[in-house]
Amino acid sequence: MTFSAELEARFAKMMQSYPPGRERSALVPMLLYAQDEIGHVSEALILEVAARLNISRLDVDEVIGYYSMLHKRPLGKYHVQVCTNISCLLAGGEQLLEHAKKSLGIGHKEVTPDGQFSLEEVECMGACCWAPALEINYDFHHFVTPEKLDQLIASLEKVQ
Amino acid sequence: MAELVTLTIDGAQVQAEKGALLIDVCKARGIEIPAFCYYEGLALQAACRMCLVEVEKMPKLQPGCTLPVAEGMVVKTDTPVIHEARKSMLEFLLANHPLDCPVCDKGGECELQDMTFRYGLGESRFLENKHHVDEQQWSPVVFFDRPRCILCYRCVRICDEGVGVDALGVVQRGVVSAIAPSHGDHLECDECGMCIDICPVGALTSGMYRYKTRPWEMNHVGTICTHCSNGCKTTLGVRGGQVIRANNRDHSGINGEFLCVKGRFGWDFVNSTERAQSPMLRTNGRLEPVSWSRALMTVARKLNEVKQRGGRVGFIASNHTSNEENYYLQKLARQGLRSNNIDHHRTGDVVTLIDALAGRTDALATVADLYAAKASLVIASDLAQQQPLLHFQLRANWRHHRSRTYVVTPGPVRERKFAVKSLHAEPGRELDAVESLRDDLSKEPELVILFGDAIQGDAVRRLVAFGDSLGIPVKYVCLLDYSNSRGAIDMGLAPGLLPGYRPVAEAGLEPGMTIAEMLADASLDVLWVVGANPLRNARLAAENAFVVVNEMFLAETAQRADVIFPAASAYEKEGTVTNVCGEVQSLKKALKVMGAKTDLEIFGLVAAEMGIDLGPFQPGAVFEEIRREVRGYNVSLPVIATGGAAQSVPLNGRVPALTRAELIQSARDTLFTSGTLGRYSKNLTSVLEHPGKLYASGIETP
Ligand code: SF4
Ligand code: SF4
Ligand code: SF4
Ligand code: FES
Ligand code: FES
Repeated sequence: MTFSAELEARFAKMMQSYPPGRERSALVPMLLYAQDEIGHVSEALILEVAARLNISRLDVDEVIGYYSMLHKRPLGKYHVQVCTNISCLLAGGEQLLEHAKKSLGIGHKEVTPDGQFSLEEVECMGACCWAPALEINYDFHHFVTPEKLDQLIASLEKVQ
Repeated sequence: MAELVTLTIDGAQVQAEKGALLIDVCKARGIEIPAFCYYEGLALQAACRMCLVEVEKMPKLQPGCTLPVAEGMVVKTDTPVIHEARKSMLEFLLANHPLDCPVCDKGGECELQDMTFRYGLGESRFLENKHHVDEQQWSPVVFFDRPRCILCYRCVRICDEGVGVDALGVVQRGVVSAIAPSHGDHLECDECGMCIDICPVGALTSGMYRYKTRPWEMNHVGTICTHCSNGCKTTLGVRGGQVIRANNRDHSGINGEFLCVKGRFGWDFVNSTERAQSPMLRTNGRLEPVSWSRALMTVARKLNEVKQRGGRVGFIASNHTSNEENYYLQKLARQGLRSNNIDHHRTGDVVTLIDALAGRTDALATVADLYAAKASLVIASDLAQQQPLLHFQLRANWRHHRSRTYVVTPGPVRERKFAVKSLHAEPGRELDAVESLRDDLSKEPELVILFGDAIQGDAVRRLVAFGDSLGIPVKYVCLLDYSNSRGAIDMGLAPGLLPGYRPVAEAGLEPGMTIAEMLADASLDVLWVVGANPLRNARLAAENAFVVVNEMFLAETAQRADVIFPAASAYEKEGTVTNVCGEVQSLKKALKVMGAKTDLEIFGLVAAEMGIDLGPFQPGAVFEEIRREVRGYNVSLPVIATGGAAQSVPLNGRVPALTRAELIQSARDTLFTSGTLGRYSKNLTSVLEHPGKLYASGIETP
């Protein structure tokens, strides 16, 4: 499996960053960066990373199952992550999630038919001071209201 | 001497080694701290929280399994708070547990049952439906019933750390975490069943044993595995004349809890429907069942007749029969028939090793030495495949003591994962590679050298000379294949050697014929083959020879027989066997298979019928004679009688070199094959990995 030159360079640097024999420590960052490039953690990616780090595919599976930000199925182009943990919950996070479901017409961990959006209910993202918060891909959005969410969605729909 | 600290446990002053784990210190003082995930010899996990204790000045309850003791520590293990904590832990563990104890394999032997009985609440506050997942089959031998699992990680650790296969893991997290097999929905592994055995509950069960019995309905018989030369102690679970389980949960014997796939599952040949169960006699060219007395009389008469006319008789003996049977057979041959034509399939050159050591009594390693030695060198063997227990020992030694292993092999082997140096050596070039390790090896404080069949004859002498020249204490293991390969040569089943490696000349006899010579001798009158299959890939030149066969299965050699005696397996007899390290252990009769007799009975009855007096043919009496007569075998009777292993020391000087070229060749069995026995074990042939391949480690990484 081949990656972009930038990603390859990044991997090469990563492999140097850990003490000899501890290269498997690069597993999580490798999966995350590769997921960003490919869109999800595919079967081929699992085998590729296992081979590069000289670990078994089960070792990789253990990590993927543990970290909820690693996805085995393709996500939407925009991955909307709504926090419903305690601070956000108190500030209306649950309603925000319900609204997102209605607006996008999909549920937790689902993708819109056009592949543009996916939705996920997530735990605390460390943005409690600005609750309710959500994250679209790597961008944070604070004090989100249902109206603000609809505007966001509309603006992203235009981007295509 | 390690530093000692003084602490208080339940009000009593206790001295203990600094840094020792509280759970171990308590155990040594007879205080039980309940534990699930803690397991002696495996990495600490602290997953189950069953072991919580109160420690003064520490705000929360502490897990005793990971807490090192320190000076002045004040510990309480038995307070109302702890009782509450244990109750809560068990209540959580049982929240989704199916409580199908009445049908669960583990019922009666289950640690969760015992703990609940002892420390549990007796009722649950959970009213919700239990989370159910269907049972999964991961291989013919391993089944997984997920709701029963308490996630103690023991199976994961024994497979990774103990066996070195790393085929199990934990996927997902929280309430949905689950043990998962190496290949998504199935296992590809050693199929050793160590994970099943170590599971404290009935989550991992075996395909052979599941839903067959209640544990208390079996008889448990501790005997010795009959597959390879390592001599693992195994406890057979027998019910209604059938073996249905083998394990070693009492950790007795030289192997502790270890058993490989053959020892744990390869016992089903015993109850195979293809077992020979009646003596057969060739009549008008066809083998017909006859009575025991007719078969015995026919053979006795034939032997007497040939003896009287000075005809030629040969014996091809077994690698699986007991020391007593071997000893008695060579007596029958030598005293009864004045014949030295007796041999067996030799799988390693012990004779030259013993000769080269020339009387040194401390140079033969035991299985325990492999766990204790600071360094070891493996030459020309795929240990994990061919000598599973020895591999396990070396690995455990590395894990626990950071011992140093060197490997010289013709291909990749599993020890390479932890060896300090692994060298590739083409067959025949092993000693050159060994020589290149001289500087490293001579810096070691001590060394155990294990060598395979590629090192034989003069190469053995050169290897011992090399060992001597290192200037450090060196011990040796000459690797052999079968359960009593060592006992066969020790008991003189060789044309030139009497029991105890005494040359036949000492008894005023000429050396007899080797296996190859017997098969090629066109004028042979009688050939008696005991538990061996020489005609599998060879021809018998003497077309008119009268062939007698003691066998369990009618394999190639038996097809050529004139008389077949159905023989009992090692699991059906008493006696002793000697493992690859020369350790003598006793066999215990676990069951009786209809129609079969032990080889000792067969030899004894034929001798009696012939009118020769070879002494009583009871195992105990013959063993007494062996202890008296065979040098090196004066082993401690109490050790043997109580299920222990006592090393024989057959080293009273040189063994005059055998003048004849004798074929020494390993059978090259893998972890999943075991000569004829393996062919008739459905359990062994059913696994995906069968038949396996030597020197293929490393290729398998998924
Ligand atoms: S059977 Fe043995 S090798 Fe296979 S998973 Fe269990 S412990 Fe590991
Ligand atoms: S399967 Fe058994 S040994 Fe493995 S984690 Fe579950 S309870 Fe423990
Ligand atoms: S290592 Fe050898 S003796 Fe031990 S269980 Fe396996 S086959 Fe039997
Ligand atoms: S609870 Fe939502 S960001 Fe912390
Ligand atoms: S035994 Fe201590 S946490 Fe499991």
